[in-house]
Amino acid sequence: MPFIPHTDQEIDEMLEAIGIKDTDALFAEIPSHLRVSGLEGIPEGMTEMDVSRLMHQRAAENKQAVCFLGAGAYEHHIPAAVWQLTTRGEYYTAYTPYQAEASQGTLQLTYEYQSMMTALTDMDVSNASLYDGASALAEAILMAVRGNRKSKSRKIVIPRTVHPAYRKTANTIVGGQNIELVEVDYNRASGTVSLDAIKQAAGDDVTAVVIQHPSFFGTLEDVDAITDWAHQNNALMIAITNPLSIAILKPPGQWGERGADIACGDGQPLGAPLSSGGPYYGFLCCSQKLVRQMPGRIVGRTTDVNGTRGFVLTLQAREQHIRRSKATSNICTNQGLVVTASTIHMAILGPRGLEHTAAACHANTRALVEQLNAIDGVETAFSSPIFHESVLLLDRPADQVLEALAERDILGGYDLAADYPELGNAILVCATELRTEEDIMAYRSALQAILDVEIRHKEIA
Amino acid sequence: MLIHEHSKPGRIGAPQAPVVKADISDIPEQFVRKERARLPEVSELQAVRHYTRLSKKNFSIDTHFYPLGSCTMKYNPRACNSLAMLPGFLSRHPLTPDRYSQGFLACMYELQSMLCNAMGMAAFSLAPMAGAQGEFAGIKMISAYHKANKDDARKEVLVPDAAHGTNPATATMCGFTVKEIPTLDNGDVNLDALRQATGPQTAALMLTNPSTLGVFERQIEKIAAIVHEAGGLLYYDGANLNAILGKIRPGDMGFDVIHTNLHKTFSTPHGGGGPGSGAVGVAARLEPFLPLPLISKENNQYRSLTGQDAPQSIGYLSAFMGNAGVLLRAYIYMRLLGKTGMERVAEFATLNANYMMAEAKRRGFQLAIPERRASHEFIITLKKEASELHVTAMDFAKRLLDLGYHAPTTYFPLLVPECLLIEPTESEAKEVLDGFMDALEQIREEAKTDPELVTTAPHTLPVQRLDEVSAARNLDLAWKTERHPG
Repeated sequence: MPFIPHTDQEIDEMLEAIGIKDTDALFAEIPSHLRVSGLEGIPEGMTEMDVSRLMHQRAAENKQAVCFLGAGAYEHHIPAAVWQLTTRGEYYTAYTPYQAEASQGTLQLTYEYQSMMTALTDMDVSNASLYDGASALAEAILMAVRGNRKSKSRKIVIPRTVHPAYRKTANTIVGGQNIELVEVDYNRASGTVSLDAIKQAAGDDVTAVVIQHPSFFGTLEDVDAITDWAHQNNALMIAITNPLSIAILKPPGQWGERGADIACGDGQPLGAPLSSGGPYYGFLCCSQKLVRQMPGRIVGRTTDVNGTRGFVLTLQAREQHIRRSKATSNICTNQGLVVTASTIHMAILGPRGLEHTAAACHANTRALVEQLNAIDGVETAFSSPIFHESVLLLDRPADQVLEALAERDILGGYDLAADYPELGNAILVCATELRTEEDIMAYRSALQAILDVEIRHKEIA
Repeated sequence: MLIHEHSKPGRIGAPQAPVVKADISDIPEQFVRKERARLPEVSELQAVRHYTRLSKKNFSIDTHFYPLGSCTMKYNPRACNSLAMLPGFLSRHPLTPDRYSQGFLACMYELQSMLCNAMGMAAFSLAPMAGAQGEFAGIKMISAYHKANKDDARKEVLVPDAAHGTNPATATMCGFTVKEIPTLDNGDVNLDALRQATGPQTAALMLTNPSTLGVFERQIEKIAAIVHEAGGLLYYDGANLNAILGKIRPGDMGFDVIHTNLHKTFSTPHGGGGPGSGAVGVAARLEPFLPLPLISKENNQYRSLTGQDAPQSIGYLSAFMGNAGVLLRAYIYMRLLGKTGMERVAEFATLNANYMMAEAKRRGFQLAIPERRASHEFIITLKKEASELHVTAMDFAKRLLDLGYHAPTTYFPLLVPECLLIEPTESEAKEVLDGFMDALEQIREEAKTDPELVTTAPHTLPVQRLDEVSAARNLDLAWKTERHPG
């Protein structure tokens, strides 16, 4: 029987010990008319060999293409050691470290992760992870509302340069909790949000200001001025960032004079494969004064009775299993395994490896933008400096161009039409360190050919 | 040692990143990081050795019996991991158009439909990323349903006092007030109290069945009738689904909304605390409210539905499509087991739990609810040992670690004093169960002859009992070179 070790003789011995005749008697307390005789509609089981064949087929039905898509998920090189270590049974099949003495591996690793994230973001505290970047933003907002006692409005200012899916998710999660999310438009020329627009939306009392930097468009926001303004007006500053970008960009803890109060984002660029969108993990860091408002698990260093160093889950009085309806969040399971991968990834790359990777991503994207910009009918949308990602305007509907590129095995970017119709035919493009010069030139000639051919079609017509 | 303590300035890890730093001079000075992040600088071998050694300080299913009640620590088949990590799945960008992703979407569509079949629900969404997010989605749908019916007075969610902490926390997060319903000594819900608490203010009752006390709620039909007659909905917490898979379906019991924990029942790895997946299922009347994305099949093509297709949806719960890689592992597990294999899950999980319970009784341990049949888990109360021998459930738990067993869940459910909640799962062999019961008996003997051995356990692990009070008082949550010199 698959994954069930019992022999017939053992089953008989066990039934006898229980004092029943057959296994059916185990379910005697369930009203018999509610019982099902079997799971109709579920196919019969397959051998590992057959399932393997099926899954190889299914994997092959997913198109393999050269990826210039970013928009919140980025294809990076992950050292072979990362997932080989992560999928060791000792990490892969352990549970939440409730028995600390038997979980020092996971606990110490999580403490190391928290240490790395605080160093990277230059914040005081990191938790042990949340589900993903979008849900981390929702938790950051809830945390800001709990933590900002000077503000009564429960009003959060959130620019449209924040990832649209993050805004949607935040709406789902914080909606219904009497919190107002005020969207602020961006400047069409720069592709960034202006401090004036934020001031206008904020009014007299604002609980927190959210800034994604680099923004969803890849543009660099005026983070110092906005952070200082937020603090002068008793608002908390919530930073969303790509954790790889801050290997070369000024980290949230250094924004303005006092730094952001909360920093969150998606940890995917640090060791998680694209994998159709997950599992990734959300990171959440904050300043010391907000630590008791933090949702999710936190690991602390302590000692045992002999003074030996050890690690435990701490500040558990915030959490649902202790505080029930008064907990800071309902979160229980987090993304521990991906955090394991990410910690190992950061350890292997080190500060220089991350810095060089981030710089290579940026340089590749700049090269891509230069090449594509040289084509007639393509131009850069915004004037603001960028990191790693950029918006291009096309002279015809983006969906048709992207489809034609996909036919040539190129995923050419993300179509912004649904989320930003005011931009017209706009796409968001990205080239990570994995894209070679040939990849970029292949994109250029494919795009050139697509635009040329269609021009010719038009002329003929 | 921490990885940071292996670090030396200037040690460059590995050929894992570009050797030369590319020019970034086009980024204006004000945006540039001034000082490199203080991350450890180690060689690849140092990192590999460090994390391999660290892994050995963990108990895990692959190394130890792990009878953690309510967590379903069953075997995680290796094929589920290796097949979900095929390059065709790993390299798929989440925004790849549907028409180029038919293989992945086919798996997701079939997973939705297998879950509908196994749970007796009309439709399923795979969006929630863990049980607690599934609960959130479920209660949010209930809220949206009442709102759509202009039934605005329903502000209260009922939760039995035996429930997991996530239930009341979720209800609060969704803007409801929580009312607790007491449980009878025999483990069933107190129906009189339920009747009294139910009314036009009731939005829903959240119920785990079998309950956290490890017994099947026999009055489930009456409970469903009481809640439904009052206009409320019935929410099923799927934490204990392993007890009923293939025997009885939540939909047939009258539940309107259910969340599953795929990392429990469908054996995706717990990973030291996640990722999980909390797929949610609904009865037909709640289908319009399911979270996005949903996968549909039209003209033999699979497609992800958006807000345009489902205007009443409660919306998105993550940036993309939840924990896709976890969903793939659950799908592969279900294909390996198939109909017959899945029908056996509850049968053998329950056989193992009842066998252990019978053995516990035979060996003189006190059961929390001795007159009832155990579900997939059962509870021993060490009340007597605590008062007579002065060894607590915690002491038993720590000593079990010395003897090579992960401890059961302790001090949960809160209703039973000095309790061990034991869930063996179907994948453990009889000799393992016997060995565990022998260990419990040995500890009870030790408590009589050498109590200090038990109360100071564990003795064989990298650390002895850790000072949790000082950890919370003197917070040390990150390594800082200035605070931790040398």
